[in-house]
Amino acid sequence: MRLTLLALLAKEPAHGYELKQALEHTFGSAYPSPNIGQIYVTLGRLEKDGLIRAIDVEQSNRPNKKVYYLTVTGREALAEWADEPTEGPRIRDEFFMKLVLAPLTGIADRMALINRQRRHYLGVMRDLNDLIERTDPDNRVALLLIEGAMLHVQADLDWLQRCQEDLA
Amino acid sequence: MSAVIRTVNLVKIYQSGGVPVTAVDGVDLHVGAGEFVAVMGPSGSGKSTLVHMLGGLDARTSGEIWLDGKRVDTLSESAWALLRRDKVGFVFQFFNLVANMTVADNVELPALLSGATPKQARERREYLLDALGLTERAEAPPAQLAGGEQQRVALARALANEPSLLLADEPTGNLDSRNTRDVLRLLGEVHKKGQTIIMVTHDARVASLADRVVSLLDGQIVDDGVIPVTRRRPKAGAGDVVELRS
Ligand SMILES: Nc1ncnc2c1ncn2[C@@H]1O[C@H](COP(=O)(O)OP(=O)(O)O)[C@@H](O)[C@H]1O
Ligand SMILES: [Mg+2]
Repeated sequence: MRLTLLALLAKEPAHGYELKQALEHTFGSAYPSPNIGQIYVTLGRLEKDGLIRAIDVEQSNRPNKKVYYLTVTGREALAEWADEPTEGPRIRDEFFMKLVLAPLTGIADRMALINRQRRHYLGVMRDLNDLIERTDPDNRVALLLIEGAMLHVQADLDWLQRCQEDLA
Repeated sequence: MSAVIRTVNLVKIYQSGGVPVTAVDGVDLHVGAGEFVAVMGPSGSGKSTLVHMLGGLDARTSGEIWLDGKRVDTLSESAWALLRRDKVGFVFQFFNLVANMTVADNVELPALLSGATPKQARERREYLLDALGLTERAEAPPAQLAGGEQQRVALARALANEPSLLLADEPTGNLDSRNTRDVLRLLGEVHKKGQTIIMVTHDARVASLADRVVSLLDGQIVDDGVIPVTRRRPKAGAGDVVELRS
């Protein structure tokens, strides 16, 4: 969440609760709504690392609130993040580890592992289907996120099939 | 559960240029009434051959096929044609629509042939074309339709006579994601109403609608089982597809 918060602060200074609202507004249901505690913890860490700074703003009848803004270092970190290519989510695959190790340990049969994993992925896909049915059709960001997840699951299934063909 | 389809040690050997190719190699399959079974497997694993045999479009080499409690692998081609008219809907990989008939007539014809009244056939056609987003194409000849549209017409046609068994071979190969969603909805709907479905598909979105997945490899069933319910929280939102990291 660090860089998401930095990106939101690059637009304008804000306090913790405003950041929570901005996250919800930007992503809709496509991003799990973070609790305010998580946001404050992350802001604390960013401040300690010198990427953001806070000023106290006095409020009548209420305790002061902290408004955060981006430092030059913070802006550089954000630019660097935006510029660098992003690792895909599946460079290292835990299932692959199981598949390779299975015959060494004698704990599981490779074909059985593949078959079970295939059914599991189809179960995941069914959840994604349900999710897309329940998602507001106007929420482009959420739909794209779910479609992306579906394409990943499809790729995982294709790869399982390759494993089954080659290892059978 | 009474079996709509049952096969016993089903085998298909093609003789291509003197070399025998075993396309289906001892398949025992049991599909109960109302079940939706997805058939998956790599290219050349025998998926098309299997469903063609189940629909009587390809003769078995040995083994038995039972449809609705009746042995059918021994039937003549004309007896099969009657059986398909009344009991089996088939969606092919390549749609096989009648070129000189409108979309509407393509869909109504099988219903009429299987004994529906013109009114019933028309209502069924209207329902199916509407569900697949094709109402506006009803009067067009198939040749004017895009590939994805023709494929949806083929599905509507296969469902027109409310068959006891729907067989489909890669019916969503040409669809974009929006059209796939229409097809998924319709399949989910007819399945909920009790339609038995055996569907070859590579598309995980389609397969995930099924109750069961049968995996073929080299003409043999290597896995046959239910698609499990995952442990996802029931009210999960789209946000659960991403992991929150702080
Ligand atoms: N008409 C045919 N003549 C000879 N061989 C065939 C014929 N149809 C299919 N085959 C062979 O049978 C095997 C299974 O084919 P098919 O059922 O089409 O597999 P799939 O649908 O899983 O890709 C393949 O090796 C294929 O080459
Ligand atoms: Mg095929």
